[in-house]
Amino acid sequence: MSSETPSVVAAPALAAPALAPPATRAPSSDRGRRGRIGGTVLSSGEPMVWLTGGALTIALAMIVCLLALIVSRGLTTFWPAKLVQIRTAGGQMLLGEVTGRERYTPDSQMLAERPPADAERIRAAAAAGDGTVERRWLRTGNFDVAATHFQWIDEPLIVEETQPEWACLVERRSWGRFHGFARSMLVDGEPVATEPAAVWRAFDEHHAAARDRLRKRTRLAKHDLGAVSRRKNDARLDVIRARLSDGAGSPAHAAAQAELAREEVWETAENARVAAEIDALDKENARYQLLLATADGQEKLVPLAEIVRAYSANRLSWFDRLGVYLSRWGEFLSDEPREANSEGGVFPAIWGTVAMTLFMSLAVVPFGVLAALYLREYARPGLPVSVLRIAVNNLAGVPSIVFGVFGLGFFCYVVGVRVDQLLFPAELSEHTPTFGTGGLLWASLTLALLTLPVVIVTTEEALAAVPGSMREGSYACGASKWQTIWRIVLPRALPGVMTGVILAMARGAGEVAPLMLVGAMKSASELPIDGAFPFVHPQRSFMHLGFHLYDLGFHSQNSEAARPMVFTTALLLIAIVAVLNVTAVRLRSRLRKRFGVESV
Amino acid sequence: MSLGQSVDKPRAAPASPSEAHPQPSPPLALAPHPRSAPLASGRLASIALGQAVASVIHDSVTREDAVLHIEHFRLWYGEKQALFDISMPIPRGRVTALIGPSGCGKSTLLRSVNRLNDLIDTVRIEGQMRLNGDPTYGPGVDVIELRKRMGMVFQKSNPFPMSVYENVVYSLRIDGERNRRVLDEVCERSLRGAALWDEVKDRLHESGLSLSGGQQQRLCIARAIAAEPEVLLMDEPCSALDPIATGKIEDLIQELRGTYSVLIVTHNMQQASRASDYTAFMYMGRVLEYGATSDLYTKPHLQETEDYITGRFG
Repeated sequence: MSSETPSVVAAPALAAPALAPPATRAPSSDRGRRGRIGGTVLSSGEPMVWLTGGALTIALAMIVCLLALIVSRGLTTFWPAKLVQIRTAGGQMLLGEVTGRERYTPDSQMLAERPPADAERIRAAAAAGDGTVERRWLRTGNFDVAATHFQWIDEPLIVEETQPEWACLVERRSWGRFHGFARSMLVDGEPVATEPAAVWRAFDEHHAAARDRLRKRTRLAKHDLGAVSRRKNDARLDVIRARLSDGAGSPAHAAAQAELAREEVWETAENARVAAEIDALDKENARYQLLLATADGQEKLVPLAEIVRAYSANRLSWFDRLGVYLSRWGEFLSDEPREANSEGGVFPAIWGTVAMTLFMSLAVVPFGVLAALYLREYARPGLPVSVLRIAVNNLAGVPSIVFGVFGLGFFCYVVGVRVDQLLFPAELSEHTPTFGTGGLLWASLTLALLTLPVVIVTTEEALAAVPGSMREGSYACGASKWQTIWRIVLPRALPGVMTGVILAMARGAGEVAPLMLVGAMKSASELPIDGAFPFVHPQRSFMHLGFHLYDLGFHSQNSEAARPMVFTTALLLIAIVAVLNVTAVRLRSRLRKRFGVESV
Repeated sequence: MSLGQSVDKPRAAPASPSEAHPQPSPPLALAPHPRSAPLASGRLASIALGQAVASVIHDSVTREDAVLHIEHFRLWYGEKQALFDISMPIPRGRVTALIGPSGCGKSTLLRSVNRLNDLIDTVRIEGQMRLNGDPTYGPGVDVIELRKRMGMVFQKSNPFPMSVYENVVYSLRIDGERNRRVLDEVCERSLRGAALWDEVKDRLHESGLSLSGGQQQRLCIARAIAAEPEVLLMDEPCSALDPIATGKIEDLIQELRGTYSVLIVTHNMQQASRASDYTAFMYMGRVLEYGATSDLYTKPHLQETEDYITGRFG
C-alpha cells in the first residue's frame, strides 16, 4: 500500500558502490565517470545475471528431478501391467509382470553357478553381441509356493513368451499376490464352475458378500470385543483405584470388587455372544473357495474372503485397468496396512501425520508468538537480547534426534511419569504407563520445540515489519503498550506469523528421527483420534508416514515388493505437506487482504 | 554548552501593547538594530555559536487565552540538544503553525507535547508544559491519560488495519466503550467533522486502507478528533498529499478552528499563511519569532524571519 520512501532512495545508493570499481568510487568525479564509460564486462552486470540465473536453474532442476522421480515411480505403482508367461530353456514356467530390464556383463564365476546348458546359451548370446546380456526383472508373486516375489530372467534363456488370456492376478490378505489360473470355484467343497469365464462370473457373484462378512467379522473382533474388554479393564482399574485411595477391604473397595464381578459375568456372556456371531460369519465364509493353479501347475485353494482383489490381467481394457488402479489407490488411502506394512493402506499413518502436525502447530504458535513478542516488543535491545536471539537461531541447527532424546528424557520420563503418578496411579501400579511413554502429545510437543526457532524468527521479523507510524498512531490515541500490541501490531503481523507456521509445518510434518523415540510406531492398533470417548487420545502412540516410509524401505522383509510402495508413500507424504501448506497459504492471503499487508 | 546562558528569561517583561505593533523592532531583541543586515546575520551566527537568543513573541499571542503553555522546554537526543529553552503559549481555539527549516525541531517540539518522544530511549528533557494548567511532565503524570486528551495527525496517513468505523472509534474502544449508540454517534460526528462522512458513510465496514491517500489522512483526522481532544497536533499533515487533497485538508483545518485548538507543523509557507492564525518561526531548536500570522508575514520584527519567509535562506 505504502511504498517506503527510504528504500527507494536507498536502492541506487547501495547499487552504485557495488557496481563501481573501488578506484572510481566517487561517482561525481570526472575520472570516475570516464572509468565507468569504458566499462568492463563485469561492471555491466551481465555475467551476474547468468550466474544468479544459473544457480536458480540448478536448484530448480534438482528439485524437479527429485519430484519427477517420486511422482513417476509413485504414480505407476498401482497400474496393473500385463501378465507374461515365460518358458525358459531349463523348462521353468513363470508368470508375472515385467517390472524392469537391464543389460549386464556376465562374469565367469556367475556363469559357473548356472546349469551348463544355460551358461552356454548366455555365453553365446554375449559373444554374439557386445559382450552384454539383457535380463528382465519379473515380479512372479506366489511367495507361498516359490519363496520369492521377484526373479531375474536372462533374455537368451527365454524359449517361449506368451500372454495367456485367462492369466489372473489375485491379491490376498496374506502371502501377497498370486499369479496363475483359476481352476474352479468351490461352494461347500463342490465345484460350481470350472470354465474360466464361469469361474470368474461365480467369483464376482460371491466375492462382495464374502468381503462384507469379513469386514463385519473384523469390526466385531476389534470394536465390540475391544469395547467389552475396555469396560472390564475399567472396572478392574476401579478396584485398584479404590484399594489405593481407601485401602483394601474398605466399603469402596468392596463395592468396586462387586462391580468387577458383575462386569466379568457380563463380559463372559458378551464375549460368547460376539464369538458366536464371528463363528457364524467364519463358517459362512469358509463355504466359498477358489481353486487356483500356478503356471507350472501347482494348485492352491484360497478362501474367497481372503481375496482382496482379483482380475484377469490380459483381458482388461484400458478403462478396466484404470478401475483397478483407482481401486488400489482407494485401498491405499483408506485401509489399514497388512503384511508387515508392505501391502494394504496407510490410513492410520495419514491420520497420525495430520493429527501430529496440527497438534504441533497448536502448541508451537502461541508459545513462539509470545516469546517473539517479548523479544521484539518488551526486551531492551542489548547484548543479552542479541545473545538470546543467536541462541534461538542456533537451536534450529541442533540435530533433530537430539530433540527426540530430549523429548523422551524430559516429556516421557519426567513429565509423563509425574502425570501418571498423579492421574493414573492404578495403571502405573500395573506397570502400564499412560503418559510415561511415547505418544501423540509428547511427539507433538517435541516437534513444537524443534520448530520453535522458525516461528520465533519469522514472528520477530513480522513484528519488526509493522510500521512504526502505526504504533505511534495508536500511542497518540492514548493506547497502552499492550493495547497497541494486541489491537494493531499483532493483527498486522498475523500474515507473517502464518509464514512461520507454514515453515514449521513443512519442517515438522517431514521429521522422522525424533518421532522414533517419542511415539511413532511401526503399527498402532488404535488411532489417536477416534470415535471412543474422549475422542482425542494424546497418550496413544501413532503411525506416521515418514516413519512408515523408513520402515517400509529398510525394515521390510519383502523389500523388493515394498520398494514401489516407498515411492507411493513418499508421494503421499509430500502431497499431505503440500495440502497443509496450501491451506495455510490461503489463510495467510486472506489475512493479508484483511489487514492490507502486501507482503511480510 | 549553552545551558548556563539559556537560563536567562527569554520573555522577561511583557511588552506594552502600544509599542508592539507599530514598531518593527521587537521588544526583547538582543540586537539593538534588528533591521540592519549585519546584525541580523549576527543573530544566526550567535545561535551557531551556541549562545542563547531570546524569542521574539508578539503581544497578540500573549493576549490570547492559552490552552497549552510550553515553559522553558529543553530536549536532548543523547548528547545532542535539539530544543533550547522554548517558552510559548498555544492559544485556545486557534490554529498555530510551526515553521522553520528542516531539522529545526518543529516536529520534536510537537511530539513532545503528547510525549511521543518518550518512546525513544535516548531522549532527555528539562522544563515543563501545562495543558489547561495540568503539568504534562513529572513523576505523577499518567502519560496514557495525557495522550487521551490530545489528538495527533501524522505526516504520512497511518490508518490502522481495521474498518473505517473501528479506525474512528479506536480511542473509545481502548477505553472499553461498548455502547453501540455512543460509538455510532461518535463515528458519525467525527467523520462529519473531518469532512469525510459523505464519502464513506456507505463503506464504514470496509478496511480503512481501502480509502485513497487524502481520504486516509482525513480518516486519521477523524480518529484524532473522536475523543474531543483539548489540543489537536498535526505533523505536516499534507506533505504526502496531492494539491487537491491538500486543499481539502486545509479547508478542514479552517473548519476545525474555533472548535479545536490546533498546533500544526508545516514546511509549506503558503499553507501556514493560509491556514493558521498564529505562526512561530523556529530555527535550530529555538523559537525566533512568534506572532499573528498576518503580522509575521507582512511586517515581521526580525530580519531573519523575513529572510526565511521570502525564501532568502532555509
